[in-house]
Amino acid sequence: MNYDVAVIGAGVIGSLIARELSRYNLKIALVEKCNDMAMGTSKANSAIVHAGFDAKPGSMKAKFNVEGTALMPELCKTLSVPFKPVGSLVVAFSDEEIETLNTLLEKGNTNGVPGLEIYGKEKLKEAEPYISDEAKAALWAPTAGIVCPYELTIAAAENAVVNGTDFIRNFEVKKIDFDGSIFTVSDGENNFTAKYVINAAGVFCDEIAALIGDTSIHTTPRKGEYMLCDKTVGHLANHTIFQCPSKMGKGILVTPTVDGNILLGPSAIDIDDKEDVTTQADTLASILDTAKKSVPCLTTREVITSFAGLRAHCDKNDFIIEPSEVNSQFINVAGIESPGLSSAPAIAVYVKDMLLKVLGADEKANFNPVREEPVRFRHMNNEERKALIEKNPAYGRIICRCETITEGEILDAINAPAGARDVDGVKRRTRAGMGRCQGGFCGSKVVELLARELGVEINEITKFGGNSKILYDRTK
Amino acid sequence: MLNYDIVVIGGGPAGMAAALKAKECGVDSILILERAETLGGILEQCIHTGFGLHYFGEELSGPEYADRFIQLVNEQKIEYKTDTMALEITQDNVVYAVNKKDGLLVIQAKAVILAMGCRERPRGALNIAGSRASGVMSAGTAQKYVNIDGYMPGKKVVILGSGDIGLIMARRMTLEGAEVKCVCELMPYSSGLTRNIVQCLDDFNIPLHLSCTVVGIHGKDRVEGVTIAKVDENRRPIPGTEEYIECDTLLLSVGLIPENELTRAVGINLDPVTSGAVVDEYRETSRKGVFACGNVLHVHDLVDYVTLESQTAGEGAARYVLGKTETAEYITTKGVNGVRYIVPQKVNIKNDGDVKLYFRVGQVYKNAKTVVKYNGEEIISKKRPRLAPGEMENVIIKNDMLKKFTEGGMIEISVEV
Repeated sequence: MNYDVAVIGAGVIGSLIARELSRYNLKIALVEKCNDMAMGTSKANSAIVHAGFDAKPGSMKAKFNVEGTALMPELCKTLSVPFKPVGSLVVAFSDEEIETLNTLLEKGNTNGVPGLEIYGKEKLKEAEPYISDEAKAALWAPTAGIVCPYELTIAAAENAVVNGTDFIRNFEVKKIDFDGSIFTVSDGENNFTAKYVINAAGVFCDEIAALIGDTSIHTTPRKGEYMLCDKTVGHLANHTIFQCPSKMGKGILVTPTVDGNILLGPSAIDIDDKEDVTTQADTLASILDTAKKSVPCLTTREVITSFAGLRAHCDKNDFIIEPSEVNSQFINVAGIESPGLSSAPAIAVYVKDMLLKVLGADEKANFNPVREEPVRFRHMNNEERKALIEKNPAYGRIICRCETITEGEILDAINAPAGARDVDGVKRRTRAGMGRCQGGFCGSKVVELLARELGVEINEITKFGGNSKILYDRTK
Repeated sequence: MLNYDIVVIGGGPAGMAAALKAKECGVDSILILERAETLGGILEQCIHTGFGLHYFGEELSGPEYADRFIQLVNEQKIEYKTDTMALEITQDNVVYAVNKKDGLLVIQAKAVILAMGCRERPRGALNIAGSRASGVMSAGTAQKYVNIDGYMPGKKVVILGSGDIGLIMARRMTLEGAEVKCVCELMPYSSGLTRNIVQCLDDFNIPLHLSCTVVGIHGKDRVEGVTIAKVDENRRPIPGTEEYIECDTLLLSVGLIPENELTRAVGINLDPVTSGAVVDEYRETSRKGVFACGNVLHVHDLVDYVTLESQTAGEGAARYVLGKTETAEYITTKGVNGVRYIVPQKVNIKNDGDVKLYFRVGQVYKNAKTVVKYNGEEIISKKRPRLAPGEMENVIIKNDMLKKFTEGGMIEISVEV
């Protein structure tokens, strides 16, 4: 296969870039080493759209954060991705930290963040009734929001595919040759060619760049662990509640998620292994302790799961979005750590513009920017449900009890453009298995549906691709 | 809109027994809603024996026990809808449910019996650190894969939690050729039935590590091993006692939680200890005409007790529908000093029968006695050679005794050593 552009990495950055490029008459490949998109940083992060007051003025992070955050609401609407403009609060617990709030306010004003305001204790308590009595003041940022990061990634990739992009999964790029005008990209068995390569490989950006001899990038996986609380305590935070930032990041936050859960985290620990997303007991304990500083009534009892994600931290401490010095047809989009998710919409447009200048392609007449909203039975009223089941009885069978997810929605997820191929893929697209029983009841039914739709035996279905099989041989 | 005198939510042993009793008491218009493909509930996957010793006086498998009730439901022509999920109960007892065939069902009921059962606590609730590799699942999920689907979820197994399902699965996996390395139990005692420890672990030389837990899960795609550690008296892992065990599967049997989403949504009062509704002796909840029984009310160790309790609820619902309820003057019940909870939480002293109180202790006791007090005065005392959290106890309050009580009084049950 011959492509104009190959985007390596189907995270939120790669997927949004592919979607932006799919507006034009270009042959595009979105290449992913895993069995699904959103398998790295994009599926395990704070899910925050930052207002943009934290980034150093003049940095790439500051520029793309403010621009991306401005684009996010409209983009999420077009792609039918849950986004809530809940606003954020940075809480100060001492006079020294109140000083930090003022510094952040100034930085925010310089970065062009609208609507920043310092809240006194009373106003803070009014905004967050469960906030600690020790909290003295807070910086209120109305433009901050929350988004579902993996759904944004999936929606962007799906929309890119609908508009002609090839999504190539389970393709781990191991070799990139350049013949003077065209790249040949190989996983050791199969290969394709591309005129341009975009390196959006997250924590693996340095390794991908090294394949063309570009050793300028050094990525450190910075692990962040999180705990997710049941919806029954969803009322404990109305806004994203930060503590004052440190050198390692924005500290432990307590935030609602778009689905109504409460998320605690992240820790920030630099590690060596780029695939190590294990959680550590002491880290989790310390996350809860620190989160309790903001919201004291949090307990482990309501925690339904914990997980870890890796930020792609680059030594430069800023985004690297530029053609490689080794080969100008190879574009690095590296070091996309926080506020990467917030910046993603703007980064995608920026990279698209960069490529258009050199590729000069025409806009497609039939580009469809819209990703139709998937059926969400749980959000419907009874009249809508009645009509839906009459049209398609599969929506009348509830598979996931905790989240009220129907067979119809799961079939939609599997049969979508670049649809789900494993249990976690179904989970991220539909929420089946994300509730308080964590797949205890519906897991086996999802496996059955996947096997049926994909035409394989149930013991061939995996949790998330690779060797993550769920079942072995038949019983005796 | 459909109309029924009684709608039973859940067609497991609780729902079927309640429906059958209501029918026997003279109510004909009954509908059972069951979310699975068949009636029978979780019993359908419990292919081991040990069911029915108390109720039938014989040892049956789970499907056999269920089948006796399914046959009766059919004989009695009680209506039921399978593959049907109840979504909501309104304040005026309208039940919304869905299935493929009927679409959205809107059912007006005079009385509702909640019999939704319970679910297993997931890994997240334990916060076990480590990887999120494939191969970690609840013992009940594994039981379904093995007994219903006919596939093995693993070959080398560690089981965390010595609840009955965990013990049963230790034997089941062994019989199917898997190597069960050990069962770890956080507490210094097992919460499972003694007979299950003997028959499922001892008979197969499977070690049971008490005061021990899993502190780490290893493996990228599929589980490759777990780290276990001893815990101190506060159930915290003791540093230096860690041991790595190679395995491809970790089964969790770490507690059951009544599934009270519908109950909570309609605003019925729940007991924080049982996680089920607060009920009276007919298992009527804080909402008139709504009854609860079986594992949705409190987690039982024996299905025989579920059946008995559900018959009580079925009778209560029938009395309610037929207008046979007497005026209510309640006393409350309270577990103290070693007794974790009592069901029912309140008793109508105008009741014309005896009342059986079920209760559970919080730890293992030997040569103790259970003492029932009314307003501080001892009324019943019984010697117990052994009391354990895994085995439900009961005591009968005779009607002549009940008649002597006055409204607002309190019954307390305690353990004395």
